[in-house]
Amino acid sequence: MSEELSDGVKELESMIGEEYKYGFTTDVEYEDFPKGISEEIVRELSRVKEEPEWMTEFRVKAYHAWKEMEEPTWFNATYKKPDFENMLYYSAPKKKPQLDSMDDVDPNIRETYEKLGIPLEEQKMLSGVAVDAVFDSVSIFTSFKEKLAEAGVIFCSMSEAIKEHPELVKKYMASVVPVRDNFYSALNSAVFSDGSFCYIPKNTKCPMELSTYFRINNMESGQFERTLIVAEEGASVSYLEGCTAPMYDENQLHAAVVELVALDDADIKYSTIQNWYSGDENGKGGIYNFVTKRGICKGKNSHISWTQLETGSAVTLKYPSVILKGDNSVGEFYSVAVTTKKQQADTGTKMIHLGKNTKSTIISKGISAGQSNNSYRGEVRISKNATGSKNYSVCDSMLIGQECGAHTFPYISSENPSSSVEHEATTSRVGEEQIFYLMQRGISEQDAISMIINGFVKDVLKELPLEFAVEANKLLDVKLEGSVG
Amino acid sequence: MLEIKNLHASVEGEDIEILKGVNLKVNAGEIHAIMGPNGSGKSTLAKVVSGHPEYEVTEGEILFNGEGITELDADERAHMGLFLAFQYPVEVPGITNKTLLREAYNTIARANDREELDPLEFEDYITEKLDVIEMKDQFLSRSINTGFSGGEKKKNEIFQMAVLNPVLSFLDETDSGLDIDALKVVSEGVNKIANDKNAIVMITHYQRLLNYIKPDHVHVMMGGKLIKSGGFELAEELEANGYDALEKELVLNGEAQ
Repeated sequence: MSEELSDGVKELESMIGEEYKYGFTTDVEYEDFPKGISEEIVRELSRVKEEPEWMTEFRVKAYHAWKEMEEPTWFNATYKKPDFENMLYYSAPKKKPQLDSMDDVDPNIRETYEKLGIPLEEQKMLSGVAVDAVFDSVSIFTSFKEKLAEAGVIFCSMSEAIKEHPELVKKYMASVVPVRDNFYSALNSAVFSDGSFCYIPKNTKCPMELSTYFRINNMESGQFERTLIVAEEGASVSYLEGCTAPMYDENQLHAAVVELVALDDADIKYSTIQNWYSGDENGKGGIYNFVTKRGICKGKNSHISWTQLETGSAVTLKYPSVILKGDNSVGEFYSVAVTTKKQQADTGTKMIHLGKNTKSTIISKGISAGQSNNSYRGEVRISKNATGSKNYSVCDSMLIGQECGAHTFPYISSENPSSSVEHEATTSRVGEEQIFYLMQRGISEQDAISMIINGFVKDVLKELPLEFAVEANKLLDVKLEGSVG
Repeated sequence: MLEIKNLHASVEGEDIEILKGVNLKVNAGEIHAIMGPNGSGKSTLAKVVSGHPEYEVTEGEILFNGEGITELDADERAHMGLFLAFQYPVEVPGITNKTLLREAYNTIARANDREELDPLEFEDYITEKLDVIEMKDQFLSRSINTGFSGGEKKKNEIFQMAVLNPVLSFLDETDSGLDIDALKVVSEGVNKIANDKNAIVMITHYQRLLNYIKPDHVHVMMGGKLIKSGGFELAEELEANGYDALEKELVLNGEAQ
């Protein structure tokens, strides 16, 4: 920890004063649809993507389901509703053909990923992370495909999976998040443009970290990606997604669906570093991050772990959940949600215990600064048959300054007496006394704040893959720079 | 080493003066004790000298090694060798004692163009310092003051003092909340640290601590001023007669306001 910390602190020194550094736009030619949504648009989208008929029908059905649904309002956030008729549902960089190497990618887009520090180039890939890059709606390039294929791992864009592995997609898509699950999952099912697909065969440990980087570039486009990860019996995989967007005055919608399926003894670790543009001081612009993420521990002894570092977006509504169906399965949720300026986050998890002796752990750390509002919302449900099950939840909130808010909404229900649920919650304020104490020991004010925050989130960040822990620390430091004092 | 001249200080943004003209001179090799009843301004003096942002100096000056420090931030004063052992040490969860101390040690070293210690060197250095307060090394890997007993927190302050090796230390009510065994350990620790190059200012309500750490100078603080100074016998007098008797005596002599 001490080495990590001092690295983080050094990094910080060079970054003081830095604003949202991913706020640039990339100049590429687009192939756009007319704005708005209709059955024709949905069919056209499917046609342009050269999808098989079953997929087109899936979309059209989802569209009609969505039409009947109402936009939810139960969360602790207020914002201007997205104008669905004024949105682009398909926006793709014009360069079309399937890319086999980095050289085929539009140089402007390649430059974007270089600016973002995403290691797309093969030589950098030796560091051992396979990347799928999604630019606006379309997967640009998936690296390390061949090496993964040797291990039998399929890692490709969702569009490709629909064509190349229809039997797997048909079997698992919408099996965890049904089309009608909620307003945004229905919308996503109708208009999703791309995303990542990952399949780990029986008894295979995925030989490298998998990673997807999402980038919204086009101002008027919504981003609707769809990710599906399936780990067969005894398989294991660690997957990370990162997100950035340019700064625009208009709000942009990001409504993704992520589904995870873990069969017997399988292990899926899903990590997110979310740094969408969060709007300016006055709350103008920024991404609406309305995402449905759910995993099912379908087989016995299976394990799904969500780790998230949520720092961006104007409004976040997100509850990565685990359905613990297999006996002895384990679900985990580790979250750090940071809100500053006028950001609003309503995030948490659901742990649904169905199998016997299932266990879940929830560790949620909320940090609010500025005039932001940060809510934890979590549900733990233990069903009648889930005997001997256990949940342990910790929800800690930290307030920086006087104008922000932190809220906790735990929902707990247990239907059998042999199970136990434990919930702890604390709220603290980064106080002048703490900062003074560290400064009296010779530490600068900025480093003192960084230290206090690092200490607060340590239990969560240690769950991130090592390659990304440093990035996460940096992000936190930049994000909270200047929020105290 | 330290010279405080006619120091007046108020709570930042409020019009309530707490220090009303403090004068104090501390030389290298000296141990001072400032005694006084609750609310007399003893702790405020320690905080103002170490740069707590809650207080504002409205008049007078603080010279440390000849340099005025009232405009410096707390960390800059720490770099010069000023240390405050807190009356209520603050908890910082998730950051270990060792991490804090290595950061602090190396930051101070950098500021003074001294060589920093790498993690291994620091490990040796810090382990040696544990003896000062008879603590086990698991003390190092625990989060700063988190879940510590009152006695452990106070010991930790003296341990940090031993590691950072300050020039001038203020010990703010270090004896409060300590049982007799812990008081002995802490006092012995302070005595081990004291030498002819550094100086210590103890702030205490009771004479008890002074039986273990013998001051060269004793000052009595009342109403935001040091109203009487003397040797060890002044502390004994206070213990015997209380602050009230002293106050009366001063009123009779026309010395108190």
